Amino acid sequence: MAAARDGERMSGADAVVRLRGIRKSFGPKQVLDGIDLDIAPGEFVALLGPSGTGKTTLLRLLSGLQRADAGTVLVPRVRTVVYQEPRLVQARRVLANVTIGQRGKAARAPGLAALAEVGLADKARSWPATLSGGEAQRVALARALVRQPELLLLDEPFAALDALTRLQMQVLVAELCARHRPAVLLVTHDVDEALLLADRAIVLRDGGFALDRRIDVDRPRDRDDHAVIAHRKGYLAALGVTPDRSPRSTDEHANA
Amino acid sequence: MTMAPVRAAPAVTALETPEFLGTRSRNRLLSLVLRGSVPALILVAWWYSTTHGLVSTEVLASPGQVVRAFWELVNTGQLWDYGLASFRRAGLGVGIGVSTALVLGLVSGLTRLGEELVDATVQIIRVVPFLALVPLFISWFGVDEAFKVALIAVSSASPMYAYTYLGVRSVDRKVIEAVRGFGLRGFRLALGVIVPSALPNILMALRICLGISLVGLIAAEQVGATEGIGYLVTLAQQYYRNDYMVLCIVIYALIGIGVDLVIRLVERTAMPWRRHGTASG
Repeated sequence: MAAARDGERMSGADAVVRLRGIRKSFGPKQVLDGIDLDIAPGEFVALLGPSGTGKTTLLRLLSGLQRADAGTVLVPRVRTVVYQEPRLVQARRVLANVTIGQRGKAARAPGLAALAEVGLADKARSWPATLSGGEAQRVALARALVRQPELLLLDEPFAALDALTRLQMQVLVAELCARHRPAVLLVTHDVDEALLLADRAIVLRDGGFALDRRIDVDRPRDRDDHAVIAHRKGYLAALGVTPDRSPRSTDEHANA
Repeated sequence: MTMAPVRAAPAVTALETPEFLGTRSRNRLLSLVLRGSVPALILVAWWYSTTHGLVSTEVLASPGQVVRAFWELVNTGQLWDYGLASFRRAGLGVGIGVSTALVLGLVSGLTRLGEELVDATVQIIRVVPFLALVPLFISWFGVDEAFKVALIAVSSASPMYAYTYLGVRSVDRKVIEAVRGFGLRGFRLALGVIVPSALPNILMALRICLGISLVGLIAAEQVGATEGIGYLVTLAQQYYRNDYMVLCIVIYALIGIGVDLVIRLVERTAMPWRRHGTASG
């Protein structure tokens, strides 16, 4: 059965993430209803959807924090997560947080290099409690990148930041992902963010993919670029938001 | 297209300076003086009432008598010997009790199996007043050192277990989930992340344990002891020496304050990440 499926989808042969027939329900609610997804090496995928549609559930399945009711989940061995909150260990200094889980002195140099990449080389010996929200989130990013992940999972990593810091972080993430080229799954509810960063953006709705398109726009991207504007219209429509009507009147599912 | 009707802004009413609702800064010296004033007043009242015949020295020895009794003990070397004997018992008892409880608290806080096996049993033992164990312990261990150390160990174990368990349980689950995702498991997860995060609770427990161990000490040293601070209490009672009775209370108070200061110092040095934290977060 699985082999037949693989035969059908040749594109899945060199994927780093392979999901087949993923089902997950919470009580009576079928959050994921037979999801198939392949992510190619180095591909940046953004997953959009109104809250409660199972975006984060899908990400948690990939990071092993949740189990699917049915289906296969195949992911690379080295995968890391940046969450909405920094989730740093308050009792450890910044560098120790970055190298956490790695043994020995050998982890030090890469840890410092990762901190330098996010612009926090001078904070290596600081305590997490002294950092601003944006700095803490950059430490979390350094912690995820220092392991050279094949798959980087970003769970609304900019949602808790102020608008200005969010823009800076988005640029930083774009740069770092272009340099390290992990496969990325970014969960977000921000269409602009997805269009700024992703090679491919997917809208998750009613347990399945309502829209799955490649975003073939040259980088660095401008949100006023006509190609981006065209994509934005399509994605907003798929999310149930149209310019002249409120999402409530357009589609009752958006309230779910 | 019709414009919404323009409404006039409401008329200006009386203005006022907002009442300050924040916390006012306090003069530290004044604060310190006020803190010390009530104990000082009590001391003066004690001194005045005992030296002016308002209270018989049979009932309450005067401060002068207590100080004299203190020097008497210092000069005979008994204070030092008794203090050391008590310190050794308390140290050993608390050491055994606290370390055992710490391990049990960690095990039941960290693992489901540990909780199932340990927690219910310890909670049952915890509600038994440890003084009720005195007769049983005497019949098991005799009246020698073993009995005393065991009693102090049991007395200090309960709060340590309860607070450690609570501390481990209240470590942020999200952080644990994250660091497990980064490959931190087992001992390194427990010692590197969970114990430091639970440290405020553990140190709070240590403070309570040391306080309770003094109770255990008095109870233990009333039986079969020839030295120790608890023995001093017994002696004072037997010879009806009011000055010694009061002196013992003063000594206990001083020990209590000393222990508190030490733990505060440990809190400060053992948890540097708290000192550097900013109020704004």
